[in-house]
Amino acid sequence: MRRELIKFALFAAVVLTVPAVVKGGYLLNVLVFVGINTMLAVALNLLLGFAGQISLGQAAFYGLGAYLSGILTATHGWNPWLALFAAAAAVGLLAFAIGFPILKLKGHYLAMATLGFGIIVYIVFNEYVDVTGGPSGFPGIPGLQIGDLRFDSDLKSYYLIWTTALLIMLLAVNLTRSRIGRALRAIHDSEVAARVLGVNARLLKVQVFACSAVISCIAGSLYAHTVTFISPSTFGFHFSVELLTMVIIGGLGSIYGSCLGAALLTLLPEFLRTFQDYDIVVYGLLLIVMTMFMPGGLVQGAATVWRLALRLLPAKGRGDA
Amino acid sequence: MEMLKVKHINTYYGQVHALKNVSLHLNQGEIVTLIGANGAGKTTILNSLSAVTPIRSGEILFEGNPIHALSPEKIVDLGISQVPEGRQVFKPLTVEDNLELGAYLRYRRREGRARIRASLDEIYRLFPRLLERRRQLAGTLSGGEQQMLAIGRALMARPKLLLLDEPSMGLAPLVVQEIFSVIATLTRELGTTVLLVEQNAKAALKLADRGYVLETGKVIIEESAGDLLENREVQRAYLGKEKKEIWER
Repeated sequence: MRRELIKFALFAAVVLTVPAVVKGGYLLNVLVFVGINTMLAVALNLLLGFAGQISLGQAAFYGLGAYLSGILTATHGWNPWLALFAAAAAVGLLAFAIGFPILKLKGHYLAMATLGFGIIVYIVFNEYVDVTGGPSGFPGIPGLQIGDLRFDSDLKSYYLIWTTALLIMLLAVNLTRSRIGRALRAIHDSEVAARVLGVNARLLKVQVFACSAVISCIAGSLYAHTVTFISPSTFGFHFSVELLTMVIIGGLGSIYGSCLGAALLTLLPEFLRTFQDYDIVVYGLLLIVMTMFMPGGLVQGAATVWRLALRLLPAKGRGDA
Repeated sequence: MEMLKVKHINTYYGQVHALKNVSLHLNQGEIVTLIGANGAGKTTILNSLSAVTPIRSGEILFEGNPIHALSPEKIVDLGISQVPEGRQVFKPLTVEDNLELGAYLRYRRREGRARIRASLDEIYRLFPRLLERRRQLAGTLSGGEQQMLAIGRALMARPKLLLLDEPSMGLAPLVVQEIFSVIATLTRELGTTVLLVEQNAKAALKLADRGYVLETGKVIIEESAGDLLENREVQRAYLGKEKKEIWER
C-alpha cells in the first residue's frame, strides 16, 4: 500500500505541474477534457475491469449529471455545488434501482440492457424539448465558484477538474486494494465461487454499478459547468463506445491505464480530424488491434515490451563478445 | 450431538427432479461421505445445503435452526463453507488473495487483522506448499495445489461444517493421499465436521465415519463406513470388487 501511495503522489505531482509547462492555450483546454474523461474511464473500469460487468450506458449517467446540473442551476437558479450533489444523489439512487434487475443479466444481455438504458436517456435529452432544449442544446449554465474564486479560465478549470479526477483515482486505487476490491475481482472470475465464500455478489455488483454511475454523474456536472453549453450528441451511444475503448486501451483493471486511455482518445481525435465521421472506424480498429495484441492494455503491454527488451539486451552483449 | 439434519428435501433443476425426499444427518466432529454414480445427486445435495440451488420442499436444520430459506452468504456466515467441484480458485488472483477472500466475512465482522493472520499461518502449516507459492497467481498452480488452495480458502472462514465436493477429481493418487490426510488432520485438530462427496469411494470410505449411498436422487443405503466397505452391493457397484471374479468365471 505504501508503494501504491508513493506511485500516486508522483503521478499527482506530474499532473499538477503540467500547466507550468503547457502554459495555457488550446492544449490546456484539451487537457481539461482529458481530466473529465479520466473520471469517466476510471468509473467504467471499476465496473468492467474489476467486477467484470459491462456497461454500454455510461454516457447516460454522464449526460444525466450534465443536464440535471444545467437545469437545476440555469432554469431553477440553484447553487451549482448543491445541484452537483443533488444530481449525484439522484443518479446514485436511479442506478441502484435499475442495477438490481439489470445486473442479474450477464455478458451480451447485460450489454444490451445497458445499451437500451443509454438510448432511452439519450432520447429523453433529445425529445423533452421544453426542459432540455432538445437537439439544439442547453445554453447559459453558470460556472462554478468557491467563495470569490471563479473557475472561469482554462488554468483554473484544469486544477478544479484534475483535483477531482485525482481524488477519484485515489479512491479507486484504495477501493481496489481493499477487501471489496478483492471480492470484485473474485466475482469477475466466478460469481458462484465468490458467493459460497460469503460474498454478497448481487449487492456488491449493484453497489459498484451505482458508484460508477455517481462518478460519471459528477464528471457530467463538472463538464456542464466548465463548458456552460451542453447538447444531447455529447452523451450518445457513440461516447459510451469511446469510453469502452479508453478503458480497454488503457488496460482492464488498471487505474493509471484508464487515465492513459482517456488521454490518448481525447488527444487522438485532434489528430484524426482528417477522418471526420469515420473516426469511429478508427476506434473500432484500435479496439480489435488492442484486444488481439495487447489484451492487458497499453500499460501492461509496455511493461511486457520493457521486460523483453531487458532480456534481449544482455543476450546481444554476450553475442558480441 | 446432531449438527446438521436434512429432512425430506426435494431439489429441482427446472423440471428435473434431482433430489427425491433425501434425508440425512451429521454429528459434531464426524466425517460423512456421500458416494454414488454420476448424476446421483451428490453435488446437488451440497449445493442445496449451501443454498446455491435452493430446495423446493423439505427442511434443513443447522444446529437446530432452519437454514433452507437463507442466502448463500448467510449460510457461510453461520459456519458452513463449501469447496466447490472442480476447485474454482480465482485464477487471476494470487494464492494469498484467494485465501484472504475466504476470510471475507470475518473482515466484514471486523474480527481484526491479527486473528485472520493467525488463520492464514494455520493454513500454511497444513499446506506448506501454499506458503512457498503465496505470491504466485492461483492459475499457475498444479491441480493438486489448486485443490489445497480451495480447501484452505474455505477453511479461512473457520467453518464448523466443511462441504467438500470431489477433492480427488483429476489428481494423482499420491496427491489424493496427501489431501485426504490433511482432511483427517483438520477434523482431529480443528474439530471441523466434514461432508465429503467422492467418486473415489474406497478412499472416501476409509477416511469417513459414516456414509450414504445415493442412486438417481435417492438415498439407498446409510451405514458406518466400515460396513459399507464390506457391503457386497457397494463393493460390486462402487469399489469394482466382483469384476475380477466375473472374469475368472
